Amino acid sequence: MINVQKATPAGVFLRFMGYAFLVMVALIMVVPFLWMVTTSLKTPGSEFTLPPQILPSEFNFASYNTLFNNLPFGRYFVNTVLITVLTVAGQLLVCSLAAYGFARLNFIGRDLLFLLYLATMMIPFQITLIPLFLIVFQLGWIDTYQGLIIPSISSAFAIFLLRQSFLSIPRDYQDAARIDGANEFTIYWRVFMPLNGPALATLGVFAFMGTWTDLLWPLLIARGENMRTLELGLAYFNARPNAFSQPNWPLLMAGSVVVMLPVLLIYFLAQRYFVQGISLSGVRG
Amino acid sequence: MAQTAVWGADGANPAGGKRSLWRRFWSRSNERAGYLFILPSLIHLIVFLVVPLVFSLILSFHDWRNPNPANVPYVGLENYEFLMGDRRFWASMSNTLYYTVLAVPLGMAVSLGVALVLNQKLRGVYLFRTLFFMPVVSSWVAVSVIWITLLDPTTGIVNYLLAQIGIAPVNWLGDPRTAMPAIVIITIWKGMGFNMVIWLAGLQAIPQELYEAASIDGANRVQTFRFLTLPLLAPTSMFMAITGVIGSFQVFSPIYVITKGGPLGSTDVAVFHIYQRAFQNFDFGYAAAMAWVLFAVIFTATVFQLWLRRRRGEEIMF
Repeated sequence: MINVQKATPAGVFLRFMGYAFLVMVALIMVVPFLWMVTTSLKTPGSEFTLPPQILPSEFNFASYNTLFNNLPFGRYFVNTVLITVLTVAGQLLVCSLAAYGFARLNFIGRDLLFLLYLATMMIPFQITLIPLFLIVFQLGWIDTYQGLIIPSISSAFAIFLLRQSFLSIPRDYQDAARIDGANEFTIYWRVFMPLNGPALATLGVFAFMGTWTDLLWPLLIARGENMRTLELGLAYFNARPNAFSQPNWPLLMAGSVVVMLPVLLIYFLAQRYFVQGISLSGVRG
Repeated sequence: MAQTAVWGADGANPAGGKRSLWRRFWSRSNERAGYLFILPSLIHLIVFLVVPLVFSLILSFHDWRNPNPANVPYVGLENYEFLMGDRRFWASMSNTLYYTVLAVPLGMAVSLGVALVLNQKLRGVYLFRTLFFMPVVSSWVAVSVIWITLLDPTTGIVNYLLAQIGIAPVNWLGDPRTAMPAIVIITIWKGMGFNMVIWLAGLQAIPQELYEAASIDGANRVQTFRFLTLPLLAPTSMFMAITGVIGSFQVFSPIYVITKGGPLGSTDVAVFHIYQRAFQNFDFGYAAAMAWVLFAVIFTATVFQLWLRRRRGEEIMF
């Protein structure tokens, strides 16, 4: 086997081929994003030229201005932030409480209940979607923030992952705190939560991503324009009133930039938690 | 999981074998605070998961046509009987199958190729991995908007590039023959980074000594890949094929944003079809029955894959 690291002619050649391949894939991955930014900075009506322009030549921020001043994207943004922050916070709290109970406390029926939680992970969403909508409808939660937030405030998968992480904390920590007179809630909040920062961060980042870019649930619950999220607002905006109306591409692209920017920023900042999370949920050896 | 059992069983006194039943009962419930800790999630689980699950089954036996109906006639198996002869539903199932058969193997192959190169410990791998993962975290609607313009028959980059090598313009999303392949290309582009990370985890779990041994035995690159890497990646590919098929059968967002099931129903996939039936025609009972049939198909596909792998003697990782 040829070692790519070595400076033999074959190694150098393979390394060159490797880089050429990676650069090509990188172009395929990145050019659509550049194209989005470039188009968003163009004047509507003159956005498409031949050959297509990948890098911006004009910097017209009018579309961004229109999004926030003439269209309710400011409102969509506030909605999305509110819904995402509350969902992530709620999920971290509810799931970490349950994870502590399952990992560290003994009570009758605990293992049976945990098995039930695990079993619910296998229920596909399309089965529960329709009844869930009818339940939320009966509760009078259509077009409300609670209707958008509360159904996703807990997840069996999150409880499972946090429980695994809590189990890795030595029992001595818990015993020591008990001897010092701490009650269970104090042990959970002051000992286990700080010690499991990385696991909580991983889950938080995943919940953030999932909630920020969720389309299907807001589509069912947010009926009025005032409750729409960015993702939903953009989807409605993309749907043309009729087949002959020409879409305003710079405006749509500016909207796409606004939807994506926060997620991409969080991703760049918390990248290792994403990768960790996928490895956790996916393969182990 | 073995460790869990040890932790869970020890209770207050791990050595206590001869305690009376009552005392065992008492010592096991001496941390009754546990109920309070799991209570919020348990209420959530019952209200938003267990009740909907049961409700869904009940729905599918009723003619439930309105979010707030005055009366709901019980129709027994009628929804399921009608479904068996519903051509449009089976067309959507066959579209879903077509999508899955294209997207899962191609997506796995492309991401494996990229992961193999990234695993060569070249410099700058970190940067490439970051770039490749960007589409994964992006929003589906924004990605769809971008790709609609990239695939535009007259002004899109894709046709421009094809024209450079002499290929006539393709009406990607407007032609019933190319619409589904176009959706597949977009989903592969978006999911490549995700699969790549899983392949990389699998590749990095292969002990380096095995490669050294293969090299001593005089195996070349292709042989090493064919007889060492590929078999050892079997659990990873198993995981990806199974979760990939489950995910593909449930595809919704790109269809909703890009094609709305068109042109001529060529991209009308199962979940999109169920969505329309439930939330545009308000035919909840029938849509619930369709959801159960879809679930049965997904479940059968999963069991079939497990059976296939077991028959070939591959190790099952679950």
